Amino acid sequence: MKDIIRLDNIRRDFKVGDEIVHALRGVSFTISEGEFVTIMGTSGSGKSTLLNTLGCLDTPTSGEYYLDGTSVRKMGKNSRARLRNLKIGFVFQSYNLLPKTTAIENVELPLMYNPSFSAAARKEKAINALIAVGLGDRLMHKSNQMSGGQMQRVAIARALVNDPAVILADEATGNLDTRTSFEILVLFQKLHAEGRTIIFVTHNPEIARYSSRNILLRDGQVITDTVNHDIHSAAEALAKLPKNDD
Amino acid sequence: MNGTNLFKIAFRALANNKMRGFLTMLGIIIGVASVITMLAIGQGSKRSIQEQISEMGSNMIMIQPGQGMFGGVRQDASSMETLKLDDYQNILDETRYVAGVSPTVNSSGQAIYGSNNAPTTVYGVSPDYLDIRRYKVADGDMFSDQDVQTAAKVCVIGQTVVDNLFPEGTNPIGKVIRFGKLPFRVVGVMESKGYNSMGMDQDDFIIAPFTTVQKKILAITHLQGITCSALKEEYTDQAIDEISEILRRNHKLREIDEDDFNIRSQQELSEMLTSTSDMMTILLAAVAGISLLVGGIGIMNIMYVSVTERTREIGLRMSIGAKGIDILAQFLIESVLISVTGGLIGVLLGVAAAIIVNKVFMFPTYIQPWSVILSFAVCTFTGIFFGWYPAKKAAQLDPIEAIRYE
Ligand SMILES: Nc1ncnc2c1ncn2[C@@H]1O[C@H](COP(=O)(O)OP(=O)(O)O)[C@@H](O)[C@H]1O
Ligand SMILES: [Mg+2]
Repeated sequence: MKDIIRLDNIRRDFKVGDEIVHALRGVSFTISEGEFVTIMGTSGSGKSTLLNTLGCLDTPTSGEYYLDGTSVRKMGKNSRARLRNLKIGFVFQSYNLLPKTTAIENVELPLMYNPSFSAAARKEKAINALIAVGLGDRLMHKSNQMSGGQMQRVAIARALVNDPAVILADEATGNLDTRTSFEILVLFQKLHAEGRTIIFVTHNPEIARYSSRNILLRDGQVITDTVNHDIHSAAEALAKLPKNDD
Repeated sequence: MNGTNLFKIAFRALANNKMRGFLTMLGIIIGVASVITMLAIGQGSKRSIQEQISEMGSNMIMIQPGQGMFGGVRQDASSMETLKLDDYQNILDETRYVAGVSPTVNSSGQAIYGSNNAPTTVYGVSPDYLDIRRYKVADGDMFSDQDVQTAAKVCVIGQTVVDNLFPEGTNPIGKVIRFGKLPFRVVGVMESKGYNSMGMDQDDFIIAPFTTVQKKILAITHLQGITCSALKEEYTDQAIDEISEILRRNHKLREIDEDDFNIRSQQELSEMLTSTSDMMTILLAAVAGISLLVGGIGIMNIMYVSVTERTREIGLRMSIGAKGIDILAQFLIESVLISVTGGLIGVLLGVAAAIIVNKVFMFPTYIQPWSVILSFAVCTFTGIFFGWYPAKKAAQLDPIEAIRYE
């Protein structure tokens, strides 16, 4: 399998006043195409900093980062923006949809910043992505007319629309109730089954059993990095959940 | 990054917040509308003044007896009898820059024909008067120099006098009317000029040979005034110099004596009036310009607040691939769209207001095309100028912090 991500001794220091905070202290790992990786750790362990680095939003203080074969470390702001546009799909804890905007317009947003797509192509891709996340019947719904689960699905569709090399999710189920969280996990497993590469940051250890690999962070270092040979089915777990009225 | 996409992005962002967009626009709408209306009022009054002046003849020069000092007592101008027939004759004979000369004497009284009568004024002039004042005879003829020499009792009458004395529509030519006790044979009817912009009837008068009016109505030998025209408007100053020289010589004034006459030119009057109305235009435009500036600051204010309000949106856009320049462009386009749309509405409102001022309040207005173009340019500039700082601020946001902004 092709390597999508290669981290080589990544360090990230923040200067806070006179002190230096070491958010990442030499992180190295490789992620191959088609893996579903959960990155776990307690609050302050460096998960978000790591994800920002992976998402080309932040540059490490030292170390090398190769995304889909290209070295990111020496890239300028604009090249990184372009890389994000082409290779990365972000899913955030708080969805971050544009307010009062239809599902289609939200989903096609990344393509708006890519001049190689025509308006028609954009729309088609957006519709396909929305169908893939199970919102084929809610294309014209506005973000304020949707439930949390639906909004997160739109956000996931937005992350899929540019066919990214990797989908980065930061606490993507953090704002959702248990049932909806499992529904989203089912969706992620489906995307995984379709061959997509997913990195899912969470502080919830339970989620680990639904992914193919777990990385545990503590104090900016990788403590364990294990392959999960016994991937649970989120769909089965969802079926076993007691039915809620709402 | 593709320009049309950025335009679409900005347009969608604005469409999402129509109320905010409209409120932001309001300042620009009011600013532009008032600039256009104020300029239209200023230019309108300037034009109407200029029109009036050129109607009367822009090369006209008026000579009146002056307020000379006699034994240290300043005299009332109307009681002065300093202008004589010789003055007229010499101006007629000796000048190079004067085209037409006519004495003026006038008297008010009752004009009578049959059972109809009306108050009016008779002006005693020479045939040159017609050209000087740019009057035209519509029917019949002007009286002749011969009539002046013989003090003939002939006259040319204005349209209002025709209407008053001949209400049945009889042709007045050849009829004998009376002015006071004196009979006049009507030889011509003036072309109608209607009312001037100050509401004065320009057709209510009779003109007759000045000799007739002088001797047979007023019984005077002096002239109440002399009206001339310069060869061209540009020669007004030279003509005035010539006239002044002749009058001073004729009146035997010494070097140290003040003029005992007054020369006023239409050019001088026109310059004075237009400079007054220019001042007014500038003043009005300045006041309106300030309101446009306030509108611009309104845009900056709202855009600035909106950058803070939309920090997460900006963070999101950056995280999915928007470059700093894309964000900058989006916010700039938003503010330019707001100000240009506001400008467009403002132009429509301003033009409507100018038309209403004209039609309802009967005040002359003139919408100068450049004022529309200018206010549009100012709008675009306002959008860019006042949108720049907030847009720059948005573009410089750190995506990591922006996306987590609460
Ligand atoms: N921009 C920053 N400036 C200073 N310190 C930071 C910054 N971002 C993160 N840190 C510090 O780095 C460490 C890791 O933070 P973070 O990556 O947010 O952890 P997690 O997401 O696992 O909770 C923390 O100690 C945090 O205070
Ligand atoms: Mg975090």
